[in-house]
Amino acid sequence: MTATRTIVFSPDQLAEVRRLQGLYPDKRGALLPVLHMAQDAFDYVSLEVQEYVAGLFDMAPSHVHEVVTFYTLYFQQPKGRHVVAVCHNLSCYLAGSREILAHVKQRLGIGVGETTDDGRVTLQSVECLCACEAAPMMQVDDRYELNLTPEKVDRILGELR
Amino acid sequence: MAEIVLMRNFGRQDSHTLAGYRATGGYTAWEKAKGMEPAAITEEVKKSNLRGLGGAGFPTGMKWSFVPKTHTGPVYLVINADEGEPGTFKDRYLLERDPHALIEGMLITARAIRSAKGFVYIRGEYVQPWRIFSGAVKDAYDAGLLGNGFDIVVHRGAGAYICGEETGLLSSLEGKKGWPKIKPPFPAIKGAFGEPTVVNNVETIACVPPIINRGAEWFAGLGTKTQGGTRMYSVSGRVTKPGVYEDSCAVTLRQLIHDHAGGVSHTGKLKAVVPGGGSAAILTADEIDVAMDVDGLKAKGSMIGSAGVVVMDESVSIPEALLVLARFYAHESCGQCTPCRESTGWIYKMVHRIVDGHGRKDDLDTILDVAKRGGGTTICAFYDGAIGPYISYIEKFRGEFEALCRS
Repeated sequence: MTATRTIVFSPDQLAEVRRLQGLYPDKRGALLPVLHMAQDAFDYVSLEVQEYVAGLFDMAPSHVHEVVTFYTLYFQQPKGRHVVAVCHNLSCYLAGSREILAHVKQRLGIGVGETTDDGRVTLQSVECLCACEAAPMMQVDDRYELNLTPEKVDRILGELR
Repeated sequence: MAEIVLMRNFGRQDSHTLAGYRATGGYTAWEKAKGMEPAAITEEVKKSNLRGLGGAGFPTGMKWSFVPKTHTGPVYLVINADEGEPGTFKDRYLLERDPHALIEGMLITARAIRSAKGFVYIRGEYVQPWRIFSGAVKDAYDAGLLGNGFDIVVHRGAGAYICGEETGLLSSLEGKKGWPKIKPPFPAIKGAFGEPTVVNNVETIACVPPIINRGAEWFAGLGTKTQGGTRMYSVSGRVTKPGVYEDSCAVTLRQLIHDHAGGVSHTGKLKAVVPGGGSAAILTADEIDVAMDVDGLKAKGSMIGSAGVVVMDESVSIPEALLVLARFYAHESCGQCTPCRESTGWIYKMVHRIVDGHGRKDDLDTILDVAKRGGGTTICAFYDGAIGPYISYIEKFRGEFEALCRS
C-alpha cells in the first residue's frame, strides 16, 4: 500500500460539494453523492474520511457512519483496483451463476469479500443487478459484463491490470 | 400483439439523443400539455387507467390528486429509478434508450402537480444508465426544456434494495439510511424534505406523453377494464429468448412465455413461473392462463408487481430457488421492524438447512407459521413481499421440500 493520503478535497472538489449541497432543499440530501465522490478521491470511506465528510455537512460523524454502513457500495476498507461483483440472484442462479462464481474464485485464488495479494481485484457476490435477460452476469467496476461463460470470464479478468 | 408505445424508439441508434427523440414526435405532448390546466392533465391520466408500473399498481392520476391544492410551499416529483426487484430490468432500458421520454413525462407531471423540482433516484449500480440519463438532462437544459420553471436533479443511490420502497427512497434522498417511514402521512402530504411529494416509477411516467398526445381513451383501450396501456415485461430464466417485451396489460402469461420469449428452454417442460418479480407468489405450470394486469394476478393470489417474469423448467429445484430468494430477503431487510429483521434471517437459515439435507418436516410448518403471522405487521411492504415466495413455494411444491427433509 502507498503512503496514507491526506484526507482533504481539492478546491475544485470542494466547489463540487457546495454545488451538490445546493441542489437539495436540505444540504444533507447531497450526502450520498458526496460519499461517492469521497470514495473516488480517497479509494475507500475510512473512519477518517467519514469524519471529514461529516465536517462538510455539519453532522456528527456517527450519523455519517450509520449511512456508510447501511449501503453496499461504500467500502470501509481498502479495496482492489478493480471490483468484480458476480450476481447470485434468481435469474443468474438459473443460468449457472454458481459455476461462474466458483470459476472466478478459482481464477483469482480468493474468496468472496477478499482482495488479491497484488491489490488488483476485490471479489463480491451480490444481489440482483437487474440484467437478468443476459444472465449470468457480473459488474466489473462501472461496467456490466453479460452472458458470461468461463472463457469470457477468463478474458475479462485477464484484461484487468 | 398490441401496439408498441413505450419501446417505440428503441430500434433507433439515436433514440437516447434529443434529436432522435424529437424526430419521432418527442416533446410535442409537452407542447400540448402547456396549454392544459393542471387539473385537466390529472383528469386525463385518471381516465387513462394508468396504474403504477413499479410494483404497487396504484392508480397514477389518483396519486397525483392527493397533493393538497392549498399548499403554498414546494411540491416535489420524485422518480423511482431504483430498479432492484429480482427479475426486472425494464427501467434500465428506458433510462438508456429513451431518457427523454422520462424527462418529457416529468415535465407534464410536474405541471399537473405544480412542482418546480424533480429528483430522479437511480440505483448506484446503474452507472451507465445514470451517465446516459444525466447526458439527456443536460441536453434538455441546453435546449431550454428544463430550467424554465422545472428543474431535475439526478441522484445516485448507493446499493440497497429497500430504497426502491417509496418512503425508504425518500429517506435515502434526504441523505439518511434508507429506512421506510410510517404512513400516514403519505408522501403526497408530507414526503421528501417534509414537503408534498409524488413518487412515480420510470416506466409509469414514460406513459404520460403518449397519453397526453393520443388521449386517455386510446390508452385505456390498450389494456384491461381496470388497467390501461401496454407495459414492458422483463422475461428471464429458463426461456429460449430472454428479454424485455412490450404488450398489453391484458396479455396472458402463456403468451409472454411462448409467443414472446420463445418458449421454455432446457427440458422444455414448464414447472413454475414467478410472474411479477421475486416478491410475487409463484405460479405452477397450469396457472399461466392469467391476464398480466394488477387484478388478474391478484385473483390468482400473486401479483404483477414490476412485471419481472422468471421462468423455471422441470429441472429447477424449487427449494434451491427459494434459498436464493430467502438469502436476498435476509440480506436486504433494512432491520427496522423486528418481524422482518428476525424472520428473514431465521427463514433463510431454515431453508438453508433443508436444502443441505438437515431439515425436519416440521420446519416447513414453522416457516409457514412465522411467514403468515408476520404479514401486515411491519412499516413497509418488504416483508409482505418476502412472504409471497416463502408461502407459495412451500405450499405449491411441498413434496419437493419434504423429500429433502429427514423424516
